Amino acid sequence: MAQISYREALNQALREELDRDERVFIMGEEVGYFGGAFKVTDGLLAVYGEKRVRDTPIAELTIVGAGVGAAMGGLKPIVELMTINFGLLAMDQIVNHAAKIHYMFGGHAKVPLVIRAPQGAGHQLGAQHSQSLEAYFLHCPGLLVVIPATPADAKGLLKSCLRQDNPVIFLEHETLYGVKGEVPDGEYLTPLGQANVLREGKDLTIVSYSKCVYDAIAAAEALENEGVDAEVIDLRTLNPLDITTVVESVRKTGKAMVVYEGWRTGGAGAEIAAQIYEAAFDDLDAPVERVATLDTPIPYNARLEKAALPSAADIVKVAERMV
Amino acid sequence: MALEREKHIAERALLTMGETQLLDFYRRMVLIRRFEDKVAEMYSRGKITGFCHLYAGEEAVAVGAISALYDKDFVVSTYREHGHCLAKGVAPRAVMAELFGKATGLSRGHGGSMHLFDAEQRFMGGYAIVGGGLPLAAGLGLAVRYKEEPQVVCCFFGDGALPQGAFHEALNMTSLWKLPVIFICENNFYGMGTLVQNAICQEELYKFAEPYKMPGVRVDGMDVLAVHGATLEAAARAREGEGPSLIEATTYRFRGHSMSDPAEYRSKREERIWQERDPIKNLRRKLLHDGRANEARLDAIENEVAAVIDDAVKFAEDSPEPSLETLGKYVYVDGNGAE
Ligand SMILES: Cc1ncc(C[n+]2csc(CCOP(=O)(O)OP(=O)(O)O)c2C)c(N)n1
Ligand SMILES: [Mg+2]
Repeated sequence: MAQISYREALNQALREELDRDERVFIMGEEVGYFGGAFKVTDGLLAVYGEKRVRDTPIAELTIVGAGVGAAMGGLKPIVELMTINFGLLAMDQIVNHAAKIHYMFGGHAKVPLVIRAPQGAGHQLGAQHSQSLEAYFLHCPGLLVVIPATPADAKGLLKSCLRQDNPVIFLEHETLYGVKGEVPDGEYLTPLGQANVLREGKDLTIVSYSKCVYDAIAAAEALENEGVDAEVIDLRTLNPLDITTVVESVRKTGKAMVVYEGWRTGGAGAEIAAQIYEAAFDDLDAPVERVATLDTPIPYNARLEKAALPSAADIVKVAERMV
Repeated sequence: MALEREKHIAERALLTMGETQLLDFYRRMVLIRRFEDKVAEMYSRGKITGFCHLYAGEEAVAVGAISALYDKDFVVSTYREHGHCLAKGVAPRAVMAELFGKATGLSRGHGGSMHLFDAEQRFMGGYAIVGGGLPLAAGLGLAVRYKEEPQVVCCFFGDGALPQGAFHEALNMTSLWKLPVIFICENNFYGMGTLVQNAICQEELYKFAEPYKMPGVRVDGMDVLAVHGATLEAAARAREGEGPSLIEATTYRFRGHSMSDPAEYRSKREERIWQERDPIKNLRRKLLHDGRANEARLDAIENEVAAVIDDAVKFAEDSPEPSLETLGKYVYVDGNGAE
């Protein structure tokens, strides 16, 4: 086991999968010579060559669409979108094509495509560059939605995505690339659809994913000083969604809060809350709470941006109200 | 070939143009250059944050093109838009304040460097999605036509936008409907770290005009007069109802893609060659050589500009931050805009 960053963990997973399977290749804007806008594909071109690490023009619709086609043609493409914001230009290929092909052709065709994209706010990049869009994809049957928080999961989940045949939206958070953690060397697979209980507690269940997991942990530590014992669950994948682990926890604590960086309204938290109500209504001592981004585009000004986003302090405040 | 013709036009323009206009070109280009120098300084001091893409080196494109328009004409831009915005006549104070994220900024601190907007000056916005502005320009052109008004829409975008569907869709639709749009492609030979020839099958970008049945020219984007001449022609055509044009202005950004890019993918030699073609130094040399201005007059312009920029910084520094209440404002129109 080594201490490596989220970025290095992704890079390692890519190398291992490129080594393992000739059908795997990477394409996207600046992934080759530049090593990726966030340097996730750094050094890969030199080792694997242009056939397997392909720089593309700025043309998201056709980059993703070509990934869909290549997957139908027997390859296992990994498409990198520079950020998920630009993935909106490819929505037609993602939603109308990648997500539909297996179903509408009666299971006769499949699209083993992994679309990787950073997302999230925090760097004052303004309204068009700071979005967290997992809910858009969660809403669409036929897509897997994978969203790691830790370096180990970044590696283990990415490798698992490449070992199955459904199209995947794999969302990385822009502020996590430098985060370090223990990552097993070599073959290491994190199963899709298995949440991770990061911290056990008996008073309150905090369900989260991606960057907000760190805020949830920080909040749980702060709450401990106030005598509140919070359990923190990292979902790791939104589709498949491991509601069983969440419900088990809620049965124990009687209280649940969902923390995520998407917009509050229509966000993944709404779906998770609904599923908690459906499965554990009688066990709840309080309404399920959501701590999320305010329903506004993300502003540029640093103070406003910070105020728009969920924080550990927000979690603590809501938790205090609940217990 | 296209370039040769444009050069002729430019040389003729230099001879026939009045001093006032030539000095105005000079002043506007210097304003943009010094403004961007100051922005770089303020960025390194943490006064400006986020993504910040500077326009140094490309001034002749914005100034040449926008000076060929009337005040009432529209401009649509990208995330590299400080130059277009200043050339359109927007107050440097309001631009700087926006970069500082202040309440007095053009977008009240909601936008930042990539999202400037000034309705009064008809600067219709900087957009950070590559290719995102072209369909908007088509729509503005449609609105102008619909209202039977005489304006034109000038749409700036980089070479990196040409592979996008939006470019091709917008050229087709504006040509089909003969909309008054001038498409100006700022070909600085790179989209981030990618060379044009590694991204586009046709390196002579102006040739994309032909299949869409509109005029296409390549002009020297380091020569303000050449850009000016080509834009005058395109604007006249648009105003006559003959439809859009595509101008490819070859140019070079003197700095990295953004403040965080050291531009290691470019050679020092290449950078030097382009530095020698600095559009501001070139115009200065020509003006002095032809006796159209003297050193003292040009230096006076430099000093005036320096004062304007110092004032802009002071204004930005002294301006208040937006209040937290404005966070939820402008998501929807107040009172739904009911009249
Ligand atoms: C749709 C979309 N894809 C990718 C990006 C990321 N990106 C920002 S600028 C840029 C390069 C654009 O180059 P070009 O159009 O030549 O403009 P220049 O920066 O050279 O002025 C890229 C890829 C983006 N902003 N929007
Ligand atoms: Mg460019």
